[in-house]
Amino acid sequence: MRYLPLTDTDRADMLAKVGVDSIDDLFADIPEKVRLKDPVDLPKRASEMQVECQLSSMAAKNTPASSVPFFVGAGAYKHYVPATVDHLIQRSEFLTSYTPYQPEITQGTLQYLFEFQTQVASVTNMDVANASMYDGSTGTGEAVLMAHRVTKRKKAVLSGGLHPQYREVVEGLSNMADDQVVSLPADPTGTEDILSQIDDETSCVVVQSPSFYGQIIDLKPIAEKAHEKGALLIAVFTEVVSLGLIEAPGTQGADIVVGEGQSIGNGLNFGGPYVGLFATRQKYVRQMPGRLCGETVDAEGKRGFVLTLSTREQHIRRDKATSNICTNSGLCCLAFTIHMSLLGQTGLSKLARINHANAVSLKKQLAAVPGVEVLNKAYFNEFTVKLPKPANDVVEALAAKGILAGVPVSRLEPGKASLENLLVVAATEVNTDEDRAAFAAALKEVLA
Amino acid sequence: MSLNKQGRPTQAGDAGDSFRPTTFTGNRALDMEEPLIFEFGRLDYTGVDLDEPDSFESELGGHERKTEIGLAGLAEPEAMRHYVRLSRNNYAIDSGLYPLGSCTMKHNPRLNEKMARLPGFGDIHPLQPASTVPGALELIDELAHWLMVTTGTSAVAMSPKAGAHGELCGMMAIKAAHTAKGRKPEIVLVPESAHGTNPATAALLGYKVVSIGAKDDSTVDLGALKETIAKHDGNIAGIMLTNPNTCGLFERDIMEIADLIHDAGGYFYCDGANFNAIVGKARPGDLGVDAMHINLHKTFSTPHGGGGPGSGPVVLSDRLAPYAPLPFIRKTDAGLELVETEDQTTDGEQPFGRMTAFHGQMGMYVRALSYMMSHGSDGLRQASEDAVLNANYVRVGLQDIMTLPFGENPCMHEVLFDDSFLKDTGVTTLDFAKAMIDEGYHPMTMYFPLVVHGAMLIEPTESESRAALDLFVATMRDLVMSAKRGETKRFEGAPYLAPRRRLDETGAARKPVLKWTEPAPAEVTPVAAE
Repeated sequence: MRYLPLTDTDRADMLAKVGVDSIDDLFADIPEKVRLKDPVDLPKRASEMQVECQLSSMAAKNTPASSVPFFVGAGAYKHYVPATVDHLIQRSEFLTSYTPYQPEITQGTLQYLFEFQTQVASVTNMDVANASMYDGSTGTGEAVLMAHRVTKRKKAVLSGGLHPQYREVVEGLSNMADDQVVSLPADPTGTEDILSQIDDETSCVVVQSPSFYGQIIDLKPIAEKAHEKGALLIAVFTEVVSLGLIEAPGTQGADIVVGEGQSIGNGLNFGGPYVGLFATRQKYVRQMPGRLCGETVDAEGKRGFVLTLSTREQHIRRDKATSNICTNSGLCCLAFTIHMSLLGQTGLSKLARINHANAVSLKKQLAAVPGVEVLNKAYFNEFTVKLPKPANDVVEALAAKGILAGVPVSRLEPGKASLENLLVVAATEVNTDEDRAAFAAALKEVLA
Repeated sequence: MSLNKQGRPTQAGDAGDSFRPTTFTGNRALDMEEPLIFEFGRLDYTGVDLDEPDSFESELGGHERKTEIGLAGLAEPEAMRHYVRLSRNNYAIDSGLYPLGSCTMKHNPRLNEKMARLPGFGDIHPLQPASTVPGALELIDELAHWLMVTTGTSAVAMSPKAGAHGELCGMMAIKAAHTAKGRKPEIVLVPESAHGTNPATAALLGYKVVSIGAKDDSTVDLGALKETIAKHDGNIAGIMLTNPNTCGLFERDIMEIADLIHDAGGYFYCDGANFNAIVGKARPGDLGVDAMHINLHKTFSTPHGGGGPGSGPVVLSDRLAPYAPLPFIRKTDAGLELVETEDQTTDGEQPFGRMTAFHGQMGMYVRALSYMMSHGSDGLRQASEDAVLNANYVRVGLQDIMTLPFGENPCMHEVLFDDSFLKDTGVTTLDFAKAMIDEGYHPMTMYFPLVVHGAMLIEPTESESRAALDLFVATMRDLVMSAKRGETKRFEGAPYLAPRRRLDETGAARKPVLKWTEPAPAEVTPVAAE
C-alpha cells in the first residue's frame, strides 16, 4: 500500500524486537469474540488512477456553479477566488500542520491567525475577533450561549430574517440546554416589530443583516432597545462581502457579531468546510468561545504569537469551559486572510460595489418579467422575489433549462403558504450581462 | 580557516568558525523575519483587478458604510512572498515526524486534495436543486456506507463539523432518546483520563458530570463503575468513554461496561478519537457502542490544516438511529433522497434538530472517501496494525530509559510515558519537549492525559518508516541520557535553533493583544553614509 512504508521484513523484525509472535498479540486486549479475523466487507485497496476514475465519475454527475448562469445564495455565495489563495493554502507547512500548540515552530499559523483576527475586527468594526468558528450557523449558536453567560439570562429572541437553518441550530442547542427561544415568524421585507419582543428577561436579540431574504436591517434602534433592557444585540451576516459597502454592525451597536466568511477565499464545497467569523466587545473577551491568538515576545525579546486566554477552553476548564469547541477552521481562515490581504479595503469596497450593481441590474430585469414582484427595498447582492406560482417548481423548470436560479424559501420553510412562491436570488461578480438576460428570459418562459 | 583561490574552504570540516553575525534585517539566511501585512500593505492599493461598475443607482436604502475598514492591500507577489515566508516558520507532517499522541498526524495524500477540488465537488452549492447534484449525494452515501461497515453500525449522522461537534451531536441524540421515553436522567459518567471536550460537551447540555474510577493501569474499574451506577440508580444518562483510552490502552472490559450502562437505562457514547488503532480489527458496534464520532481528520487523514477544518460524523446504534439530526440521505427505490426538513420525515424518523446549516463538511468527505478507497478494507486493517506496531516499536526502544506508568505491556497506537525518569535531573517535561524541537522533531503530546504526572504521549502513526523510527528512538535516547548526565543547558533554554525562542505566554494572557493597531509614528533613523 503506497502510504505504508513498512515492508513485510520490517514488520517481522519489528515484531521480534517488540517480543511478540504475531501482530494479533498486540491486539489481545480486544475481546476474542469480537476480534475480526478478516478485513471488513468493503472493496480492497485501489490505485490512484482507480480512485480518481471512480470519484471523477461521481463528480461529473453534478452541475458546477461555474458551468451555468448561477444565482444561488442564501448563506453561501459563488465568488471568484484568486489562484494565489489555493496555491498558498496547499503549502505543506500550512496544510499538514496541527493546532499551534508549540508556538516556537508554528509562528506561520499563529501570525496568520493574528492577521485574520485583525481583519475580522476591522471589517465588523468590533474590538476583538477570535480565530474562527466552524461556520456562521454554529457560530450563531455559540453567540447565543455566550450572551447567556454574559447576561446570566436564558431567553434569546430570533428575528424572522435569520437564516432558517441558523435558527434551527440555535433552537436545537437551546432546547437541549433548556434555554428559552422566541423565534419570530418569517420576515421577508424586514418590517417585523422586534423591539416589542425585547424585555427584562431577554438575554439577546439575534438579527441578520442583510437578512436571509436580502433585506438590509437598521440595527441601531434594536441595539438601543436591547441595551436599555440589559440585553445584547447579536448581529449576524451570511455575506461578508456586504460589509465592504454597508455600515458595519459594530458601528451600529452590536455586542457580538457573527457571520459566515465563506465568500472570501473559500469555495462553495456543497456547504462545507466554511469559516465562522466571531467578534465582540473588549469587555466580553473572556466569555468568548473558540481559540484566540495573541501577541507576545520570546526569550530574546522578538515579537511572536501564541494561543492565549486558554483558561476559557475545554482542555483546561473541562465542564466549566465557555464552549466544548476544540478546533477552529484553520485552513479556511488562511484562505480568507490571503484573499482579504489581496483585496484590502480598496478591493473589498470595489468588489462589494460590483456585487450590488449586478444585483440592481438583475432586480430590474426580473421585476420586468410579468407576474414577478421584488419584495426588498434595501438590499445588497441578494433579494427575494414573489412569483405567481410555487418557487420550487419554477427553480426545477429553470434548472432543466440550464439556469440555477436561486433558493425557494419553501425548501427551508416548508408548509407555509405565504412563503411558497418566494424565491431568494443572489447576484455576484461572477454573473455576466448574458447570464442575467438568460435568467430573465427563461423565467418569462417558465411563468408564461 | 584556509581558503583556496576561489575563496572556498580547502578541506571539509575546516569551517569550524562559530561566528554568527547579527544581521541588519534580523534574518538568518532562509530564516526570514516577516512583518504583519498591515505594516507594509497600502490602504489605497488592491491586488485584485476589478473593473469599477458602470454608474448605477444604489439601492442600499441609506445604509452605506461610513466607517473606514482600515485594511491595507497587497500586490500578488507581495502576498505570495509573505505567506510563503510565514509557512516556513511552521512544522508540518510533510517536513518531519510529528508524534502528537491523540492527534494522529499521519500522511495526507495529495490525491485527496485533487479529488476535493474537482468542480463537481468543490464548486457546487448546498442549496442548488438536489436534481443537479446526484453525484454529491452518492458520495456522501458511499462514505456513510464505508463508515458504517467499518464500525458495525446501521446509521451515521454526517453533518458534525469536528470531533467536539460530533460529541455534541451524539450526546444530543442520547438526550433526545431519553426525552422520547419520558426520562430525564441528569448524570453523565466520564473517566478522569477523558479529553476535556467530553465533560465540556456533557455540561453544555445541562448534564452533571460524575467521574469514574480507574484501575492502576488507567482502564475503567468495573467495581467502582458498578458502585457509581448503584449510587445514582435511575439517573444515569450515559457514559462517555474513549476507546482505546487516552493512555493508549484498549478497555478490556468494554463489553461489560456497555452492558452495565445499558442495564442502568443509559447509553454508551464512545469518543472515537482513537478509532485509528482498531479500524479493521474490531467494530465499535460489536462492542456495545451507541454513538461514536469519527475524526475524519485523524483516522481518515483529512489534513489538520493548522487547526481545522475537521469533520466528525457520528455513527449510531439502532437504538439512537431514529434521532439522527437533519439533514440525512434516505435510500429509496427511486434513488437517494436528501431529507432537510421535518416535513420530509416519515414514520420512525425523529430527528432531534440540526447541528449546522447545510450538509456538513463535504470537502472533508471527499478526502476521507478517497483515503478509504485507496486503502481498501485490507489496507485500512494494515494501517491500524502498522500504527500499533510502530508505537510498540518506539515503546521497546525507549522503555529501559524512560518510564512507563503502567508497566512494560503492549500499547495500542500510542505509547504513554511519565516524567519520573527526569526526576532529580533538573529537566522538566516541558524542557525536554522543547529540546526535541532543536533536534528537528515536533514534541509529543505533553501533560495529557491528566491522570499521569508529566505525561508524554507518543503516537508515531503508520506513516513512519522503520528507519525514521530508529532515528527518532536514537534521538530520544540521546536526549534522555543527556538529561540524566545533568546537561541541563541543552534543555532549560530550548529551543535555541527554532524561528523563535520560548514565548511569554503568561504576558500574552495578562494583557491580551489580540489584533494589530496602528502604532504612533516612529522616527526612522537611516543608516548614515560614512
